[in-house]
Amino acid sequence: MIGRLISDNRRQSVAARGLLRSHKWWLLRRLCQISVLGLFMLGPLAGIWIARGNFGASRIAGVVTLADPYILLQGIFGGTSPALPVVTGAIIVALGYLLVGGRAYCGWVCPVNVVTDTAFWLREKTGLTRDRKLDRRTRLAILGGTLLASAVTGTVAWEFVNPVSLLQRAFITGIGLGWAIILAVFLLDLFVSRRAWCSHLCPVGAFYGVIGRASVLRVSAAGRDACTDCGACFNICPEPHVIVPALKGKGSPLILSGDCQNCGNCIDACPVDVFHMSGRLGGGAIPKPQG
Amino acid sequence: MASSKRKMNRRTAMTEIARGTGAVCLGGFSLVALIESTDRADARAIRPPGALPEDDFLAACVRCGLCVEACPYHTLSLAEWGEEAPVGTPFFTPRETPCYMCRDVPCARACPTGALDREIPSIRDADMGVAVLVGHEDCLNYKGMNCSICVRVCPIRGDAISLEPGEFNGRRIMVPTVHSSHCTGCGTCEKHCVTGHASIRVLPRDLGLGGDGRNRAGRET
Repeated sequence: MIGRLISDNRRQSVAARGLLRSHKWWLLRRLCQISVLGLFMLGPLAGIWIARGNFGASRIAGVVTLADPYILLQGIFGGTSPALPVVTGAIIVALGYLLVGGRAYCGWVCPVNVVTDTAFWLREKTGLTRDRKLDRRTRLAILGGTLLASAVTGTVAWEFVNPVSLLQRAFITGIGLGWAIILAVFLLDLFVSRRAWCSHLCPVGAFYGVIGRASVLRVSAAGRDACTDCGACFNICPEPHVIVPALKGKGSPLILSGDCQNCGNCIDACPVDVFHMSGRLGGGAIPKPQG
Repeated sequence: MASSKRKMNRRTAMTEIARGTGAVCLGGFSLVALIESTDRADARAIRPPGALPEDDFLAACVRCGLCVEACPYHTLSLAEWGEEAPVGTPFFTPRETPCYMCRDVPCARACPTGALDREIPSIRDADMGVAVLVGHEDCLNYKGMNCSICVRVCPIRGDAISLEPGEFNGRRIMVPTVHSSHCTGCGTCEKHCVTGHASIRVLPRDLGLGGDGRNRAGRET
């Protein structure tokens, strides 16, 4: 039964290393996504107020304020002079992204990731290979467009449509007809283009990718000499272009592109342990001697 | 990015820049069009106390809902898609749940952005809107009864609303009269009005008040 649910991209890894090791990072990510959202839901649902607010801005344990730097930036383009808490909150989050990677948000926190991962999995299971190729730089144009629109309208422009905000609010305060937009994203990823939303269009991820470029935490392809060219990592990776220089290049084995979500899909899918989570400072070397 | 590795001569650079600018403008102005068609809050959606004017509010508010969670009466909610206010922004509908005018204004104090005035000295300084007697034909006081519920439930009755003697169809009546300089727009009167849709309603000030004319005229009110 479970065998039929397993993604084809993980099949070799499952055969070589077992079910659990080939889903380790996937499980950790889902656990992280559920716990972060759950922490915000505990307040309104159960009266346990550890995290107040939502992903836009929050007050954690009544001590520290966190805020979304992208929303704040749009507000500033829209002409607001923000109060201190939202500014310090956005700076803390931005510094966090420098540590773990801006797009770690996409892989580890964003609830839309679950929607688009499901679409991708279903696409594979149903053999839908139709793929209207999109330029992945489109998201940068949309990012620029949201800032332009914020300046022209004097609003936080992307928040009028942002499926990321809509979906997390769906669980915390409510979404209403916003499900239509989530459905649209799902159908887009399923029928129109492979990983269309997260890897080509979403300006939220694009922005975090830009500010998290210098991230300390990086995936390393240190075991690249063992690579069997099976293609599992490329097939499962939401941003396959980031792997190429690290895996096939002669330079550093670290995946340095800001587009990398540090999601660990490649680590999970690789049957011969080419990849591991690493720090930029260590140069991506293998942490312990292989046994 | 992939483009930076391509060999750049002046022509391709210009083309790339033009394409990029075009794409940004296309995306940007589509979004502008969408926002311009949806961003005005319905007059039935009232903002929390201490809110900036609507135009400034939409740039300042990050849609975090900290004000919503700070409200002890569950008055506030974040607009869902299709509700009266722009999606994600906090509002309340007085006819359902009014603002109960907490002395310490916890919603405004919880705001991290300044979209609500965190330093608002007192709830009496709040300006959520202004109550307006919109339905003379249905108001029971105009029908010669002594209903006056709107006056009796007002948290700052006497200041914000009072009964003033008047005449209607040749009969003496007591007219519920709002004093806009004191009314905070909490909506308690609207909540408790016994007529069908509420004869007294909170409206944003620009809709609820006539405003000064170009020349000063008449007696002070």
